[in-house]
Amino acid sequence: MIRAATTPHPRLGVVKLASCDGCQLTLLNLEDELLAIAERLDIVEFPEATSHRSNGPYDVVLVEGSVSTPEQLEQIHEVRREAKLLVTIGACATAGGIQALRNFADHDAFRAAVYAHPEYIESLATAQPVADYVKVDAELRGCPINAAQLVELVTALLTGRRPNLPDEAVCAACKRAGRVCVMVAQGIPCLGPVTMTGCGALCPGYSRGCYGCFGPREQANVSSLSRQFISLGRSPQEAGRLFAGFTGYAEPYRDAIVELGGLPGASLAGERAHRAMGAGVNAEGKS
Amino acid sequence: MTTESATFERSFHVEGITRVEGEGTLHLTVHDGQVSDARLKIFEAPRYFEQLVVGRAPDEVIDITARICGICPVAYQISAAGAFESIFEVQIDPQVRALRRLLYAGEYIESHALHVYLLHAPDFLGYASAIDLAKDHRAVVEQGLALKKVGNALMALLGGRSVHPVSLRVGGFYHVPRRAELEALRPALANALTQAQATLDLVAQFQAPPFERPVRFVSLKHPAEYPLFDGRIVSNDGIDVGIGEWRAAFREEQHEGTNALHARTLSGETYQLGPSARVTNAADQLHPIAREALARIGLQEEIARNPFWSIAARALEILHYCAEALEIIDAYLPPAAPFAPWTPRAGAAGWGSEAPRGILWHHYETDEQGLVRSAQIVPPTSQNQGQIEADLRAFAPAVLSLEHGEATRRLEQLVRSYDPCISCATHFLDLTVEGA
Repeated sequence: MIRAATTPHPRLGVVKLASCDGCQLTLLNLEDELLAIAERLDIVEFPEATSHRSNGPYDVVLVEGSVSTPEQLEQIHEVRREAKLLVTIGACATAGGIQALRNFADHDAFRAAVYAHPEYIESLATAQPVADYVKVDAELRGCPINAAQLVELVTALLTGRRPNLPDEAVCAACKRAGRVCVMVAQGIPCLGPVTMTGCGALCPGYSRGCYGCFGPREQANVSSLSRQFISLGRSPQEAGRLFAGFTGYAEPYRDAIVELGGLPGASLAGERAHRAMGAGVNAEGKS
Repeated sequence: MTTESATFERSFHVEGITRVEGEGTLHLTVHDGQVSDARLKIFEAPRYFEQLVVGRAPDEVIDITARICGICPVAYQISAAGAFESIFEVQIDPQVRALRRLLYAGEYIESHALHVYLLHAPDFLGYASAIDLAKDHRAVVEQGLALKKVGNALMALLGGRSVHPVSLRVGGFYHVPRRAELEALRPALANALTQAQATLDLVAQFQAPPFERPVRFVSLKHPAEYPLFDGRIVSNDGIDVGIGEWRAAFREEQHEGTNALHARTLSGETYQLGPSARVTNAADQLHPIAREALARIGLQEEIARNPFWSIAARALEILHYCAEALEIIDAYLPPAAPFAPWTPRAGAAGWGSEAPRGILWHHYETDEQGLVRSAQIVPPTSQNQGQIEADLRAFAPAVLSLEHGEATRRLEQLVRSYDPCISCATHFLDLTVEGA
């Protein structure tokens, strides 16, 4: 639950787990607001932007990225202990991110397919959203997060009110924007009916189907949409790949992927691992 | 202050290098005034991208590989699209090609303004961050943010949003803008051009630490345009291979004790990519406005010899891309179709483009349906890593007389000169294992 920040200059931390840096970049992309935010908040930890470091305590900490190594697991518990409010930002932190697609595969096989010496790789079997390990006070979804939502969240934190975030499907935002439905008019598969908006129905505005950046909305009927994709002429594998994006590990997308036959790379991973272990071929370095 | 003695040993250790993208450590050991060990270690979590794209369709790969880096997603999208267009032999409409240059120009302006003002300038001016810098020099930071905003606006117009744009597909774009939409950005870009000139004049007054060394500069080279996503891969010492033939001149190798692979030339030598390499290898192809500006500040030799002067090369490229963006907008006529259709086939091809940090090279193998069978991605930071370490070894003796904290800051500044993207460098790193 959001509470008013009690100090005049609340201490803000920005920390990163497994991610692409794009959501924390969204904070730096608030070109018109950044310096004002820095005057109201004391940014004590944000390694991408400042050489000042702090292990806490924090009034608010924004966490980007999913938990995917033993060190990150330790780190997230430590951050939680130091933070009054912990806010997850982006698809990796809130849903596991694209790297959570490895959760569909046999991790040992997956790892062996990619690495020469899998035993060296300090990687948990799965990449998980932060909320699977610690209590999360608020979340911003998206791949990447939406800048206006970030401003709304920061403002809400500073004034001690609930952030006003959308709670409807991409479809609703799309219709309100007066767009012609890409699925109905052009037969393009679109995750809009089952996906939370936050992007303002960006993809249909660019003549393509939604690919699920903000994750499933509540009570999303994915089975019905899967059948729709198949009736548009997509194979079950193709339909499954549509759900297997940046929030593919979130329920109920996860079930849709499994129902439609699993992840394409997953079965291949097993095969390649078999080959790699036998012959010692192309593999990824200890990363 | 410590003096050197027969048994003198010092180490410099930075646990988490700040003001870079991603997570890395710097470790240097100095023995008797000689650097015995210099390592830039990468400890980003592995994300298995080369495996994640297996079994996926080319257009999905364009969206997936963008997620390797939130700072240079267009570089990933363009390199991936280029490789698939090479496999499927797709001809790109010249106006579509111009729009791709415009989208990429937006990424250069955004990424370089971020680096020049928010990440690197604080080193030259003695601050821990741009936020601290703004307390004393607010107008300077505001100028940087204004430039960055124009870059982001260009990306948002062509791609829907600046982080992970949604418009690029194999053959072209899902959607192209109308002429009036591009023209609406003209005033902001014209203003950015003036600010880019001011940026160049600002950084030209900075004091770079004295450090010179010869270096092998590798970049793309195109007969008619400043290197971006077409041409050949060349060096200033005679390497000249096709854009798909990276493996004919370079290889990746594993170094013990670091999590990333380093790239080397086939003869095992280090090299440098990025703005200094491009400005040196293609100075004559800079936009006339940028060429004149370079003549005015007169730092071409310094850029070629001293890695700290990459900040001037970056400022020069911001200016170049503001000028080129204006020209593309003025000449724009919407293409007949936003994308060219293509037929999937089995094949394999490599392609590279100049990410703001240097050549980002992708290679894909597809099956008959066009689905990916295997992928190799060579990011610029893993190619620069060897040269960064070589520079650290060569530069460190010059800072040994400084107080430890100051010496460490100088070493970090050198690493930042390469604008390393550690998030990028971690996730691929294919290597060939000999024996089982």
